[in-house]
Amino acid sequence: MRIPELTLPAPVASLLGWLPSTPPCWALVSTLNQLKKRAILPVDMSLLAGRRFEVHVLDAGLRLGFCADEDSFHTASGSEEPDLRLSATLADFARMMLREEDPDTLFFNRKLIIEGDTELGLIVKNLLDSVDWSSTPLQRFMAA
Amino acid sequence: MPATRPLPELVCPAGSLPALKAAVDNGADTVYLGLKNDTNARNFAGLNFDDRTAREGIRYAHQRDRKVLLAINTYAQGGDISRWHRAIDEGADLGVDAIILADIGLMEYARRRHPEQRLHMSVQSSATNYEAINLAQELFDIRRAVLPRVLTLDQVKQVIDHTKVEIEVFGFGSLCVMVEGRCLLSSYATGESPNSHGVCSPAKFVRWEHGTQALGARLNGILIDEYQQGEAAGYPTLCKGRFEVEGDTYYALEEPTSLNVMSMLPQIIDIGVAAIKVEGRQRSPAYVAQVTRTLREALDAAGREAQRFSVKPAWTQALSKVAEGQQQTLGAYNRPWK
Repeated sequence: MRIPELTLPAPVASLLGWLPSTPPCWALVSTLNQLKKRAILPVDMSLLAGRRFEVHVLDAGLRLGFCADEDSFHTASGSEEPDLRLSATLADFARMMLREEDPDTLFFNRKLIIEGDTELGLIVKNLLDSVDWSSTPLQRFMAA
Repeated sequence: MPATRPLPELVCPAGSLPALKAAVDNGADTVYLGLKNDTNARNFAGLNFDDRTAREGIRYAHQRDRKVLLAINTYAQGGDISRWHRAIDEGADLGVDAIILADIGLMEYARRRHPEQRLHMSVQSSATNYEAINLAQELFDIRRAVLPRVLTLDQVKQVIDHTKVEIEVFGFGSLCVMVEGRCLLSSYATGESPNSHGVCSPAKFVRWEHGTQALGARLNGILIDEYQQGEAAGYPTLCKGRFEVEGDTYYALEEPTSLNVMSMLPQIIDIGVAAIKVEGRQRSPAYVAQVTRTLREALDAAGREAQRFSVKPAWTQALSKVAEGQQQTLGAYNRPWK
């Protein structure tokens, strides 16, 4: 499966931007917690505990804020600046997650923006890279 | 030219278990990896292997008849060298096909404690001539040496012709100033260098500054580059920074580039190189898959077609996409002057 070169049209983005980000954020956090619980996400929570994260889907105008404690991920509200913010378009996030595209390549091409604590960014990047999807049904969607 | 020169082994990087599987699945003969500490030169947070993932990776590779190498390619630091000794013991216990070492003190330890363990000499040993390599063979029974990226192809041949040690060369990946094993540059900014801490620009010292006009890269507060809108970024290493020198701002040491030897694969095969190495244990499984697949195809074609071999545009395109600096060179291999 190849993700097409695609940027969400501005009207869609402005519409999405008006919608509350709580449902997608809740979905993200519960997915992370499920992956962690099933030991698919080989995460060392001590490295993430107490930190705030934001995933900014640029073309959807969507900001998903969450934080971690020693046990799990939680949605985070409020305007507090995150420790790490990752910004990209929806298509580029999808490419990265499905391993069609290397995050460093996206970064070199200025398509992935990393703000905040660089080391935390590296921990998150390497964590996503170390997920072995071959043990999950998602494997058939993965490019690598 | 002997028609039946064996193809060099394709040696690919793995910073994680999925990257190892991607390398194996896409045609690597051999995968190299490191442990989760400063005993290897890609000591990045969250990267590398623990005992469980190393065992699973080795099992995966061995079941498919591929080899696994363990890189212990930093220099044991005074005060406590037990970590490096433990890493060697662990490598022997894991059953890796070879341990890649840079520090001759560690070579001596490995040879003494694990006489059966195959040892390779790392690029970080900075051995550029056959006398150095032959001495390491004599003293520690080194079976393979990885050459620093400073030699021309003629010089690589000269080394191969005068040693029984297998010779491995770099084939693809990010270039730096190429004084492997001797580079202390980052320590002037951060106090840490590849040899001592296994990392060139430690992430904890890196800050990206997002201005309205440009993206600034700071290493421990020192501004090392500014990328304008739409300009490709690179790794935030000192050697690839742009600096102001006498009123002019430019790449004063090295421009971000990637090495790519595809066009000289027939010559590399012809002079008897034993293995071709791909840089990038810090990269994702996506990079490993793309680069391994491309080089596997190219290497097989070069073996089949010999002097009729030509590089397919699709291969160049695939490698350019993932290359740092978006430009590729033959590096020192192709230097007309002597």
